[in-house]
Amino acid sequence: MSLLSVRGIVKTFPGVRALDGVDLDVEPGEVHCLLGQNGAGKSTLIKVLSGAHRPDAGELTWNGERVELGSPVDALRLGIATMYQELDLVPGLSVADNIFLGHERARFGFTRISQARDEAARLMARLGHPGIRPSTEVGKLSAAGQQLVSMARALAHDARLLVMDEPTAALAGEEVDNLFRIVGELTADGVAVVYISHRLEELRRIGHRVTVLKDGRTVGTGLDAAATPTADLVALMAGRKVETVFGPRHDGHARPETALAVEHLSRNGEFENVSFTVHAGEVVGIAGLVGSGRSELLETIFGARKADRGTVAVQGKPLGPGVRAAVKAGIGLAPEERKSQGLLLDLPVVHNVTLASLGRYAKLGFTERAKELDDAGASLRRLDLRPADPRRIVRTLSGGNQQKAVLARWLVRGCRVLLLDEPTRGVDVGARAELYRLIDELAATGVAIVLVSSEIPEVLGLSDRVLVLREGRVLADRPSSGLTEAEVLDVILEGSAA
Amino acid sequence: MTETQAPPQEALPAERKRFTFSADPRLLGLVGVLVILCLVGQITRPELFFTESNISTILRLAAAIGVVSVGMTFVIISGGIDLSVGSMVGLAGVWLTTLATQSYGPWVMVLCGLAVGLGCGLVNGVLVAYGKVVPFIATLAMYVSARGLAERISGRRTQVVADQDFLAFFRGGFLGIPTLIWLFALVFAVGWVVLNRTTFGRRTYAVGGNAEASRLAGINVKRHLALVYGVAGLCCGIAALMVVARTTAGASTNGMFYELDAIAAVVIGGTLLTGGRGSLIGTLVGVLIFTVLSNIFTLNNLDTDIQNIAKGVIIVLAVLLQFRARKARTGSQ
Repeated sequence: MSLLSVRGIVKTFPGVRALDGVDLDVEPGEVHCLLGQNGAGKSTLIKVLSGAHRPDAGELTWNGERVELGSPVDALRLGIATMYQELDLVPGLSVADNIFLGHERARFGFTRISQARDEAARLMARLGHPGIRPSTEVGKLSAAGQQLVSMARALAHDARLLVMDEPTAALAGEEVDNLFRIVGELTADGVAVVYISHRLEELRRIGHRVTVLKDGRTVGTGLDAAATPTADLVALMAGRKVETVFGPRHDGHARPETALAVEHLSRNGEFENVSFTVHAGEVVGIAGLVGSGRSELLETIFGARKADRGTVAVQGKPLGPGVRAAVKAGIGLAPEERKSQGLLLDLPVVHNVTLASLGRYAKLGFTERAKELDDAGASLRRLDLRPADPRRIVRTLSGGNQQKAVLARWLVRGCRVLLLDEPTRGVDVGARAELYRLIDELAATGVAIVLVSSEIPEVLGLSDRVLVLREGRVLADRPSSGLTEAEVLDVILEGSAA
Repeated sequence: MTETQAPPQEALPAERKRFTFSADPRLLGLVGVLVILCLVGQITRPELFFTESNISTILRLAAAIGVVSVGMTFVIISGGIDLSVGSMVGLAGVWLTTLATQSYGPWVMVLCGLAVGLGCGLVNGVLVAYGKVVPFIATLAMYVSARGLAERISGRRTQVVADQDFLAFFRGGFLGIPTLIWLFALVFAVGWVVLNRTTFGRRTYAVGGNAEASRLAGINVKRHLALVYGVAGLCCGIAALMVVARTTAGASTNGMFYELDAIAAVVIGGTLLTGGRGSLIGTLVGVLIFTVLSNIFTLNNLDTDIQNIAKGVIIVLAVLLQFRARKARTGSQ
């Protein structure tokens, strides 16, 4: 009998069907690996298993009994502990406090500080890090240290099923060995582990069986983790026909002159020695996983983060520090978190569009509203933003049209280099096609575009050239014409420059 | 290859002291401010300042606002704010001094004050936690309506306390120290233990520091928040007893502007308005700084307007100091 069996789980968020019929069986004592591209639904599935999300449909069976996980408490009570990639630590509390958060070592409500500290110290020692003191504030630990605390917390629960979401993402080689040793000890005791990682070599090392998710569905389950050929796994993960979304590749619009030159750009712990150039009218796509340093790279080019080493030049002129210098030189950024970083949601479209060029619409500090409306309206028509009413409040627009409002801002400003971070996230399929067309048109007018996307077909379909980023390093820089999705996935997962 | 940086925290300075307040340099700075103020008091009125009766006066004045500030510290650490504390002090004070309540004797008066405070606090908490009303708005509504209800009940008249047992107890003393000061010390000590030595306190920090993480760790965040506002309300009930005892009357104007004084004391005490961090010791020092300040002005027969200016300057300086200390601790960012 399976320890946990998941059948037909569906979970819908406004505008997205994150899970669309997921099946999964986990046996006691096994390491069951979950594989899938970004957005395949792995994180949502984890949150369903941990009781953080309530599924819309489907059922969970625990030891043969049907269960409902209404809250994280229910899951913990059953014996399901989860190690999230982020979000689950309180920076202001100590290591020991974080480990026992929610199940404090206490008697009659009084915390037993020394007991908690002793146990925390033992857990950290078991994880091979006796040097991390239980009294240290978690916010002061490095990313790797925090990951270890998160792991210690999951261990502290004496769980029967441990869900680990990319536990090795922030760990170095030796720490990974430690983690694997512990996973081995746990499974020997009959604890089941659901293991998520993008590194195929890890699945090969510790996994027993593999389940592959794609677009919120289980597309392969119970596969042998050691014996299933990489090509088969990649095919299951990719699985879609690129041609159905994009027409056949046309010739690019690249012009001879260089618009953006990035040289040896580095930020410690984020990305290393990144160099590339973008010609006017060229689209360069950056493929890579979340956490590969892609967003950080764009933000550094834009001056929002300070580079540790390296330079950025626009049309041959090196860029000074800061966002203002970048904007002045003609760079625009459409950030990944459109709603929190890009838009003033409760203001009309026109104010959003002219935000980066207000100086042009002001006389002695007073804004010239008619001119603002005219120009914004023109840019909206050019981008086919609907409704093309510049007075409309941004929040009421669809995701695709909100993205167009961000683009309009940089159009009005007259940008020569556009940095697009996940431009189609949260945008429905129809509007996507339109954004693709727009990006192409912009390139045709000579704008240089750097595009980051988790969706490899999108990168391949839109770009003239593709950089593959893995753990902050550029592993491949090639024309997109000869590349296939499987080849890119291969580089991302295996780390070898094919 | 990509070297994950070795955790730098391993090279921490030797042993960290067990009690954090002894290690916080910023708190020492605050204590320094308090000491300087006391010196100013001593220099300007050497014959009056360090007398037993004056210190007793300072502490008795600090008592009510101090108790309110204890509750406020809980709320602010949990990531919220409570604007209604002053009004709750007023309402509880009026309710426990009506002729009807007084007719049942001192015990019922005490219980009434505590129950009104706790009840109002829980209403705030339920609105914030379950009704998802922003704390600022929910407690602003209570601020207005509790004051209104107090005026309605009292008819804007001062309700003199006739019960001699009540007055004898609260205006009396024990071991030569006034009851009010004992109460203040008791509330403070209990508050400190709850905040630092119980799961309730630990979870208050957790909820304020990262509500989503707390939820994922299995904490009932909503119920916890509701209770935190209940704690603040209960503290207001206790403060209401103290104010009634000190003035021997309940009036709808009791506790006027307490919310401002309490928030100011909590903030200069180093508790972050964003939640998740803070200390009751800091709050205590904050309360004392303001009380000593106003005592000095009174002793020297200076106008209250200058006193308010000084208060404002101290708040700004303390917060600037706090910001710098935090920056220095977490490194550049």
